[in-house]
Amino acid sequence: MSDSVVVQGLGKRFGDAQALADVSLVVEDGELFGLVGPDGAGKTTLFRILTTLLMPDAGTATVLGLDVVRDLWEIRSRVGYMPGTFSLYPDLSVRENLEFFASVFSTTVERGYDMIAPVYRQLEPFRERRADALSGGMKQKLALSCALVHRPDILLLDEPTTGVDAVSRREFWDQLAALRASGLTIVVSTPYMDEALRCDRVALIQGGRILEIDPPEVIGERYPLPLLAVRGLARHALLLTLREFPHAHSVYPFGEEIHYTDQRAGGDATRIGAELETFLRAKGHQEARAVPAAAGIEDSFMMLMGGGGNRAPRLGVSP
Amino acid sequence: MSAISARGLTKRFGRFTAVDQITFDVAAGEVFGFLGANGAGKTTAMKMLVGLLEPTEGEGHVGGFDVRGQRDSIRRNIGYMSQRFSLYGDLTVRENIQLYATIYGLSTAQIVERSTGLLGTLGLSSHANELVGRLPLGWKQKLAFSVALVHQPKIVFLDEPTGGVDPITRRQFWEMIYAAATQGTTVFVTTHYMDEAEYCDRISIMVDGRIAALGTPGELKERFGARSVDDVFVRLARPAAIPASA
Amino acid sequence: MNAGALRAFIVKEFRHILRDRQTLTILLLMPLVQVVLFGFALRSDVRDVRLAVVDPTPDYASTALRARFAATDRFRVVATLPTTALLEPLFRRGEADAALVFEPDFGARLGRSEPARLLLAVDASDPNTGTTVQNYARAVIAAQETEWATARGGVRIATDTRMRFNPTLESVNLFVPGLIALVLTLVSAMMTAISLSREKERGTMEVLLVSPLRPVHIIIGKVLPYLALAFANVVTALLAAWAVFQVPFRGSVALLLAASLVYSMVSLAIGVFVAARTPSQRGAMLAAMLGTLLPSTLLSGMIFPIASMPAPLQVLSSIVPARWFIVVARGIMLKGVGVPQLWQELAVLSFMTLAFMALAVRSFKPRLG
Repeated sequence: MSDSVVVQGLGKRFGDAQALADVSLVVEDGELFGLVGPDGAGKTTLFRILTTLLMPDAGTATVLGLDVVRDLWEIRSRVGYMPGTFSLYPDLSVRENLEFFASVFSTTVERGYDMIAPVYRQLEPFRERRADALSGGMKQKLALSCALVHRPDILLLDEPTTGVDAVSRREFWDQLAALRASGLTIVVSTPYMDEALRCDRVALIQGGRILEIDPPEVIGERYPLPLLAVRGLARHALLLTLREFPHAHSVYPFGEEIHYTDQRAGGDATRIGAELETFLRAKGHQEARAVPAAAGIEDSFMMLMGGGGNRAPRLGVSP
Repeated sequence: MSAISARGLTKRFGRFTAVDQITFDVAAGEVFGFLGANGAGKTTAMKMLVGLLEPTEGEGHVGGFDVRGQRDSIRRNIGYMSQRFSLYGDLTVRENIQLYATIYGLSTAQIVERSTGLLGTLGLSSHANELVGRLPLGWKQKLAFSVALVHQPKIVFLDEPTGGVDPITRRQFWEMIYAAATQGTTVFVTTHYMDEAEYCDRISIMVDGRIAALGTPGELKERFGARSVDDVFVRLARPAAIPASA
Repeated sequence: MNAGALRAFIVKEFRHILRDRQTLTILLLMPLVQVVLFGFALRSDVRDVRLAVVDPTPDYASTALRARFAATDRFRVVATLPTTALLEPLFRRGEADAALVFEPDFGARLGRSEPARLLLAVDASDPNTGTTVQNYARAVIAAQETEWATARGGVRIATDTRMRFNPTLESVNLFVPGLIALVLTLVSAMMTAISLSREKERGTMEVLLVSPLRPVHIIIGKVLPYLALAFANVVTALLAAWAVFQVPFRGSVALLLAASLVYSMVSLAIGVFVAARTPSQRGAMLAAMLGTLLPSTLLSGMIFPIASMPAPLQVLSSIVPARWFIVVARGIMLKGVGVPQLWQELAVLSFMTLAFMALAVRSFKPRLG
């Protein structure tokens, strides 16, 4: 099995800002690879280098075995790209947009139809509608269709679900899963940690650096400290109380629960849970429960970001 | 009296009904999550409540003022922060604080006191003279939130305040929200992050212009037999997409 | 809003303006540029009128009058011809601005106290200068007449004036060629610049770049529709000028349309070049305006004669494509001349087209940043 994307020691700076530093990763053929990180992490810069829009300052990158600096025209004819900003013509209809992007690659909608069909079928009833009259979710589907219509060998999608509601996001990822099942290599970036779970492998990126690359289930396994999920009433008060616990490494809200990380590496999570419950009851939280929890991607990401230091959150700290 | 109340609030654009007879109350000091898919009418509803749009039908009160006749009073007495509209990128941190403080009618003495306080709390004192456009997104959002509160309004409206922000900053942001709520500020927030919906005291979910669900996160999960608000959301917004057994 | 808030808002707006260096520079520079150009260019006095003299029977009187003309710093004798037959080609080639035609036996007639006739022919394809030249010439003649009259009395020079190419001094004839140039510049340069920048701002440019399309393809795709539009505009403008204002059309329509196409292409190329360099739509529009519209209006000889501009501006004017096009347009429309007389200007325009096109393609990089 060959590699669709190979990146080694990639670096890029803009003025005095280091957008990417020593980035290395490999995307295997047929993989659904996720690049997960917040705004400003360097995802878009990396994508632009891979699609040959920017030249790296350091390191090398190949896509489909082709060098991004030397073989740019070959890469450009074989890649399907959806940039972060809305990339359709609002004053053209759905059909006109699709036909345009097909013709730019010297092909037709008919020839690419079977590839885009699962996505495009939902758009077809609206094909004469202007692109700017579509809802956010539909626009994303159209953009995806336009990126696929020329039957690319690899799909590069930069934050395709940003600003889209939860339901449309789910549908979009369903479609990505279907495409991957048909053998297409897909590289996707997203700021939503829960979407990472749907990838084969995930690279966590923050501040221009890769924090970790692993299948999503494995990422949690590397969590270095005991993690517990605490539930109770008066969540905010509970949070503050937990921070007072002497062995607390970090305490963060996680939806319904609070995730508590203990400083004592290798400690027994169940025993720590009992300690916590005793502590909390003494402080007036009678109904609080603390049970060991498996770390998820978000927990790992925050740990890798350096999110310890838990007293009161130092609000000015994290850049 | 509720901080925010709506009774049959409706907005029509020609023949299209964007918001269809919504009714709800938000108590003072509550953190209220206002959820809905894109195009469900969330933004339109919010615009009516903050006095940016005139309702077609129905009634609403924000902070005791009528959304129909007293829109100016509403705007002067609430805080508002949105992804799109917040701070001026080519003004410094301090200038932004001072500008909004002045617009909200604070005295010079108050402005000085609040600015210093705000900068200190956020840890931005050493960056007071930096252009906001150069700040990382997370800092911008936290600053924007603080600026929305500079005149200490009783009610603050937040429109997707944490989009694209890193997970740590997101949570710090919500701690700021909690802190404000603890002091009695009512927080009305919309978000796309379903886990943030869990942080709210109560939430409402809009579908096709109507409120399809209203209650605490726990209540809604029980009612719909769902394990998370995300599931509730999906069941409501696309009932056909989820098979009955899931 | 309270007064303090209003003041705060005003202060904020000043800050925005002062911190947008790019726009600020253009806005401050533009009036300055206009004032300087207007000041220098807006002169109706004419210098260095090229005078051709036709003197079939040179004698002391005609020589004296010729010498008087030559002595002024306004006129410069460029040719002395024995017959009028040789005059016409001189005018058509644009080598003479005015001609002084002496009647045979000019001096002899004066001596006999008979009215001696003079014909003053002025190239009035630029009606402003036409009138001025006429007035200067008459002044010189009158001065000479007075001198002779005091010396010997009973002298009369009857001067007959012909305004060549524009007998009725219609100012619309002046404006129409310039107007065509203006319209072409507007559509071609500005619209192209805006269209390209909009593509960039919208983000679709990124997708277009990551495709087999080469920069030159994208440019051609952008440029061709505007070329067609510009062409349509020229045809409409000409039809309107001819039908409504009866502007004369003495030369080849085909040649004029061809020249218009060439000129459009130069403007389009400049538009692309501007867009490749500026990141925003607004910036592109301003830059296009500064780089094309202003020079075309002020420095091309459209309104203000080039001959009366100070030397540095005259030099600057030679790189303004509109200047060359206007000569061609006027020549074709008013003088009815063709390629033999206009080949230099056409060559310059063609060269400019190629040069700017090459520049545009080169500055349109296949990568971002």
